[in-house]
Amino acid sequence: MTKNENTDIVICGVGGQGVILASKVLATAALLQGFDVKASEVHGMAQRGGSVLSQVRIGKEIFSPTIPLCKASTCLSFEELEALRYLPYLKEKAMIVVNNKRIDPLLVELKQAKYPENVIDLLKEKGFNVSSINGEETLKEKGFPLKALNILLLGVASKTIPIAEEFFLTAIEKSVPLKTVEINKEVFMLGRSF
Amino acid sequence: MAKQLFSGNEAIAFGAYEAGVHVATGYPGTPSSEIMPALIPYPEVNIEWSVNEKVALEVAIGSSYSGARSLVTMKHVGVNVAADPLMTLSYTGVKGGLVIISADDPNCNSSQNEQDNRHFARFAKIPILEPSNSQEAFDFTKEAFSLSEKYKTPVMLRVTTRVCHTKTPVSSEGKRQEIKIEGFTKDPSCYVMIPAHARKKHVVIEKRLLDLQKESDASSLNYVEKGERSVGIITSGLSYQYVKEAADGEWIFKLGMSYPLPINKIREFTKNLEKVYVVEELDPFLEKELIYNGIKVEKRDKKFYLGELNTERVMEILGKKDAVLEGDKPEKIKDIPLRLPVLCPGCAHRSVFQVLRDMNYIVTGDIGCYTLGTLPPLSALDTCVCMGAGIGNAQGIYKTKKDERLVAVIGDSTFVHSGITSLINAVYNKNKITVIILDNRTTAMTGGQPHPGIDQTVRGEKTKALDFEELGRALKVDYVKTVDAYQKAELQESLEIAEKTDGVSLIIAKRDCVLLKKRETSKE
Ligand SMILES: Cc1ncc(C[n+]2csc(CCOP(=O)(O)OP(=O)(O)O)c2C)c(N)n1
Ligand code: SF4
Repeated sequence: MTKNENTDIVICGVGGQGVILASKVLATAALLQGFDVKASEVHGMAQRGGSVLSQVRIGKEIFSPTIPLCKASTCLSFEELEALRYLPYLKEKAMIVVNNKRIDPLLVELKQAKYPENVIDLLKEKGFNVSSINGEETLKEKGFPLKALNILLLGVASKTIPIAEEFFLTAIEKSVPLKTVEINKEVFMLGRSF
Repeated sequence: MAKQLFSGNEAIAFGAYEAGVHVATGYPGTPSSEIMPALIPYPEVNIEWSVNEKVALEVAIGSSYSGARSLVTMKHVGVNVAADPLMTLSYTGVKGGLVIISADDPNCNSSQNEQDNRHFARFAKIPILEPSNSQEAFDFTKEAFSLSEKYKTPVMLRVTTRVCHTKTPVSSEGKRQEIKIEGFTKDPSCYVMIPAHARKKHVVIEKRLLDLQKESDASSLNYVEKGERSVGIITSGLSYQYVKEAADGEWIFKLGMSYPLPINKIREFTKNLEKVYVVEELDPFLEKELIYNGIKVEKRDKKFYLGELNTERVMEILGKKDAVLEGDKPEKIKDIPLRLPVLCPGCAHRSVFQVLRDMNYIVTGDIGCYTLGTLPPLSALDTCVCMGAGIGNAQGIYKTKKDERLVAVIGDSTFVHSGITSLINAVYNKNKITVIILDNRTTAMTGGQPHPGIDQTVRGEKTKALDFEELGRALKVDYVKTVDAYQKAELQESLEIAEKTDGVSLIIAKRDCVLLKKRETSKE
């Protein structure tokens, strides 16, 4: 088949972490670059701490809004466990940008399930190209708001995505509240410099 | 105009706007809730969150009778509530175009069932359009209004969660079609469905269906994509996109208007094909229609009646299982803990459920954030059928065993939607139950829409608020009490009084949803 020339990106995290905005910025940038794009998310129960997944597909012509198994080249995960959950979507040796953060699901808090140990090592062992970031700490150090985590991670991942820097920046302008445009652009560039 | 990224829901709203829609009504429900807010920027459109889907449709019917283009939005189960007016609206027909959005939820992402609402359109004998992306959602919405007026029929635009919540590029003219509203003209034989009129109208409907079938045959929404092999695929809505991903050389029949079927065009399509597959999400709706019309198609395995489709599943339907991954092996880690949604920290529902759990109540309930009270560690909610059901359920349990510790809980939005009549039933029939309204001053579950219990309209304008306490008294409820949902002792005390009350009790547990403030400040 010749339908695999797309760039498929998985963005995942926990409700409230800003997954949906990251996917909006990415999809807007892709459109500005002249690609066809589909960004599919399932929200609903999301804001109450559920797992959130957004699938962004970029290419000449996109059909299915969801990514077929083993086709995504990049994953942005805002939380460690969530990176594991969506591995079946990823290609061999895919790039994973993961925030070093552990948020225990309710079942773990209740001791009915176990949070996997050493997630980052596990991802590396599996042969993925892992870039792990202490997102919140990095933002705090530089005096940026923690809410900008999504844009930071997008900045880090942006280097592997065939979209020009200017389009990402324009997409940020179009997607975030006016007051926070400049800060978000700075955060994006910080991520991109990693 | 340059292409813009729209979700399917935004595309429906803009499509309706450009089609000159005058009135839009609806009740929130995932995945349909974002359509109405997308119309807020347009003062030309009279929009409202109605108390429930039945009323939403009835209001839209009135506007349509007056010649206004009218849009009604709801999730799939909303159509169950609106079914009564819908079935007879089909008889009266419309004047201004009337389009009903049915947003179905295969996979129950945020719903109590995954019913397939295409059956409703056939049931009501009205046409269905099924868009497969935002551009089509936009175009088909406009088309739906024209179709509605041309055939004087309500039209169902059926979308699914993936269409509603996927952003894809849309190009538009950016121009609104201005349509003059004629006003209501008396015409009892048309609008008053007494039996003598209804019998005649049924004849009209059957004739209309035949005309619509011809329309479907001629419609550019239904078209063939040429293939290279003598295998064909008939598909509609989002399924088409998976078919495009999975197909290699098959002929494709893409249905934009999936009821009534363009049966002559399809017969022509299948004539020279050896094998014909039907790819559709949920029930074998097209399959049955095709078989009924004598067209030979491959039957889907029943497992595909469940849940959402995706490229892999469509490959399997098409008998290509081995080709799915072309040698790739998906990386799968075992035992990843599920991350279920939970009540927010500080949610007042939690405090109420703690009291009910500790006092060992049987708790009937229904749908809202509070349904999460059924999950551990609260494990305090014992029933959930549909909106409003908890108050009725409690009365049934009461009839079987009168000394049970029993309470019905219901959200404030749900109480207004479909709880009030049931409370009247309790008083009238002496079903001596206790009802707790979980009054968090919003429709939290679906994103925080206002409702008649607070003093705000969909546009944020001031309006009158329903007073639950006064309402309870007017309904002759025997014990009415408002408590702060955070004050557990106060709640416990009022529950004890309710138990001793020989009659129906209504406790209003008040405390704002913690996201309410956040939402208000983020708007500023
Ligand atoms: C007939 C129908 N319409 C809409 C919905 C979607 N829905 C589920 S619960 C709910 C209302 C929740 O609001 P409320 O009762 O105030 O409870 P809260 O979520 O605020 O706790 C809605 C609109 C549905 N399930 N069924
Ligand atoms: S959104 Fe409001 S009602 Fe829903 S869980 Fe959170 S605080 Fe409770």
